[in-house]
Amino acid sequence: MKKLTAPKIDRCIGCHSCSLACARLVHKQLSWDTAGIRIKSSGGLTTGFTANHCLACDPAPCADACPTGAFSRRKGGGVVVKKKLCIHCGDCVAACPIDAIFQESSGAVYVCIHCGRCVDFCPHNCLEMETVKSIEKMEESA
Amino acid sequence: MIRDHFKVLVVNLSSGKGQVVRLGGRSTEIGGSGLAALLFSKYGLADRPWDDPQQPVIFAIGPLTGYFPLMSKTVCSFKSPYHDQYTESHAGGRSALALRFADLDALVIVGRSEELCCVTVGSRALDIKNVSFMRGMEMDESGKLLRGMSTGSGHRSILRIGPAGENGAAMSCINVDTYRHFGRLGGGAALGVKNCKGIIIHGDAVFSQPDNTEYPKLFTRVYQQVTATDMMKKYHNLGTPANLQTLNDIDSLPWRNLQATSDPAISRINGERFAVDTLLRNSACSGCPVGCIHVGCVREMFNANHRYTFKQVSYDYEMIFSLGTMLGVTDTRGVLNILDEMEKAGLDAMSGGVALAWATEAVEKGILSEKETSVPLSFGDDKAYQQATRLLGSGSSVFYRLLGQGSLKAAAVYGGEDFACVLGQEMAGYATGEVFFTAQSLGFRHSHLDSGGYSYDQKHSDQDLQGVIDFLIEDEAGRAFMTSMVSCLFARGVYKDELLADCLSAVGYNSIAANIDKAGAHIQKLRWQTRIATGFTPEAITIPKRFFKVKTWKGAIDPAYLNTLKDGYGKAIITLAGAE
Repeated sequence: MKKLTAPKIDRCIGCHSCSLACARLVHKQLSWDTAGIRIKSSGGLTTGFTANHCLACDPAPCADACPTGAFSRRKGGGVVVKKKLCIHCGDCVAACPIDAIFQESSGAVYVCIHCGRCVDFCPHNCLEMETVKSIEKMEESA
Repeated sequence: MIRDHFKVLVVNLSSGKGQVVRLGGRSTEIGGSGLAALLFSKYGLADRPWDDPQQPVIFAIGPLTGYFPLMSKTVCSFKSPYHDQYTESHAGGRSALALRFADLDALVIVGRSEELCCVTVGSRALDIKNVSFMRGMEMDESGKLLRGMSTGSGHRSILRIGPAGENGAAMSCINVDTYRHFGRLGGGAALGVKNCKGIIIHGDAVFSQPDNTEYPKLFTRVYQQVTATDMMKKYHNLGTPANLQTLNDIDSLPWRNLQATSDPAISRINGERFAVDTLLRNSACSGCPVGCIHVGCVREMFNANHRYTFKQVSYDYEMIFSLGTMLGVTDTRGVLNILDEMEKAGLDAMSGGVALAWATEAVEKGILSEKETSVPLSFGDDKAYQQATRLLGSGSSVFYRLLGQGSLKAAAVYGGEDFACVLGQEMAGYATGEVFFTAQSLGFRHSHLDSGGYSYDQKHSDQDLQGVIDFLIEDEAGRAFMTSMVSCLFARGVYKDELLADCLSAVGYNSIAANIDKAGAHIQKLRWQTRIATGFTPEAITIPKRFFKVKTWKGAIDPAYLNTLKDGYGKAIITLAGAE
């Protein structure tokens, strides 16, 4: 199981190509917001950028908060999303500790599903897909 | 949003109300430059001065903004305080995509607020706040405050003006998201006279993607072209400053108020030197993976006990020319320090530097003294130029207020018109020859990017009068189309007509795709007609004597050729506008 990481976000130039790719390729939309990864400055443009995306919590509090099963725990962390089951209650948004889920005005929610389609659109290779297993091994060895 | 019309928000600062206007012309005026001219014909007052409260300040984007890479710029048009005629200035940052996601093709600001104000727009918002407490506030400080006063970090664009704009300086700019600018011809004053300190644009709308499989495939193809090939390398490696060495090597880089066109000291402030000594990081406009913005860093010890502060300043070729070679400042830190002061004051760094260069030579010649300049100006003295920039931005005296209206305005009072480096406005950094001097003098926005005159000079040493005029007219038409899309002009090598037609068709703009051949010339004509209606005549623009004494790689300037070229190009502009 892999998850999206942003280990070199300090190289980010703020072009939004990753967000736009997610909206375009995953959600068939044109938007800064309806994307699983969203870029913002970390306190003004002179301070660089941060990537706001799901960190693949395991277990995921958003999945536990979901009352209809639209969000369920994903093996290795994060969530599996079933849009048809979502009732737009926003409980997942409130449960996420890092504000990684975006809810648009219609009520629909957007979260990273760790598909990695944004990675190829980062011109500075800030993003990587990492296997969850390897991270666990590192923690064990530490 | 793909639509067969333009959606425009007109905000009236006098009434505090906005109006959403639906406007036709998508297939003919297209967006950007074309849309801006169309809007000026509707809201502008051609025969009234630039500071009439009802004059519009227009921000317009294009049909592909946000849909494809490098479709990332905004056209700002207004009646210029510099020449009291219609003009445009272009900038990127997040402004273009923010307008797209605010679901607007254009934003028009009219009227005058009673109090200094900040306008906030979004797809579901319009708000005008009193920000009187920002009166006279420098650009960086007002940016910080405006960020704190609004939500939506990362997905908004913050435009603001500095003290120079509030003071009505004709070389004041509009800062866009810290590192970009609607720089030239006084956009800052055009907003300042409306008591508009800032504009915040929230990009919070969501659009369905074009319903076909071709669009995402085509996006990926274009993206790969602009990132995986060498086509754009020059913009993200050393960036535009790479040209400093190139222009110096061919005797075409203005030094010390254009008293020379080459100097061995270039090795101290060329693109390589800036990259090695100062480059901190790169940044990008939203929607552009090239990342051509070069942010330099200056560390300053402000206390002997090793107490430091640091500044981050974005630099380009033009700023190093205007504040470096033109002022004889050959130290990267010195250039960035002056540039930082220009930024804080909200001055166009190109015009400001060239104006200070004129003032310095005027001091050398005894036309001006410290009585006027307040600080002792001499070429190479970066600290004096930092002080002078503050005085210029704040309009601290009669002299600096005059200089802020343009070098020729000051020269008309004090003398020294012969060596004012003005080609319609303060020159861009290309002493390449007769073709560029003509092209900037009569260019629609007096920018080196109006047409490729500077490039033509570097490739041709022959004198082909009609060939040059035909080239300038045809090249301008192509660029008028690109600035209606609104593409970054750095991408003009990528977006050839065939690819543009494919992109337009992929998102459903088949009618524009079918009209590319005619649209550029139509918009070119429309823009010139608009400018002519506000008072432009080619005969009113003179080329100062200094330009006739320049020596380039082609040898000495040929005065007869330059004069003939200017006359011929001026007539061609009048002919194309149908204003004979």
